[in-house]
Amino acid sequence: MTGFRFNLSYFAFLLHRLSGLALVCFLPFHFLVLGLGLEGEAALNQMLVFTEQPMVKFGEWVLVVLFSLHLLLGLRVLVIEWAPWPHHGGLRSGWVIIAGGLGLALGWLFLDGVLS
Amino acid sequence: MPNAMLEMRLYLLQRLTAVLMLPMVIGHLATIMYATRSELTAASILERTQSSPWLVVFYTGFVVLVAIHAPLGLRKIMGEWLRLPSKLANSISFVLFIVFLGLGLRGVWALTGVAIS
Repeated sequence: MTGFRFNLSYFAFLLHRLSGLALVCFLPFHFLVLGLGLEGEAALNQMLVFTEQPMVKFGEWVLVVLFSLHLLLGLRVLVIEWAPWPHHGGLRSGWVIIAGGLGLALGWLFLDGVLS
Repeated sequence: MPNAMLEMRLYLLQRLTAVLMLPMVIGHLATIMYATRSELTAASILERTQSSPWLVVFYTGFVVLVAIHAPLGLRKIMGEWLRLPSKLANSISFVLFIVFLGLGLRGVWALTGVAIS
């Protein structure tokens, strides 16, 4: 039996896949909310009041971070698969650190806009 | 048994939609950051979303691409993690493609429709 060994590249793969899964689950609800525009301004305003709740804002922050992570880790997959190989950096596992940092930075930028 | 040619085509479609969506995701993130710093009422949002026909083009394209990309990603998860037979995973993915495309285009129309009417 082999024990679990932390691997940054596998972590990047897992984070990319799970962020995608979470975004897919959110997608139909996002589309349904946009569709409220068909019912008129009152329905949209009602939804905007709902989104003012702290827990909803927290959820939006999580989504912005996951969206950014999925973008950056997806870019990593494209570089690994399509850039000339072998190249410096191999599996580019360090991208997970950069993606995490940029994801949190964009999350902070979102919160700054919401709270200001 | 998965069909090798179909697998290759769907793999390429997944990567192609990813590449095409890269600038769109950056644009959407920029829009989110802009929106959080702007007035957030239904009237002001509709005024902004109906300000240009190009927004209709941008978000229609985005919806079509994401409606293809997301079910293809789920299809891989259904095959690799849930061990679903490929035919079942293909069918579920196709249904999700139709649902996402329908709901997404409806959403785009709801917010931007006036811009092209």
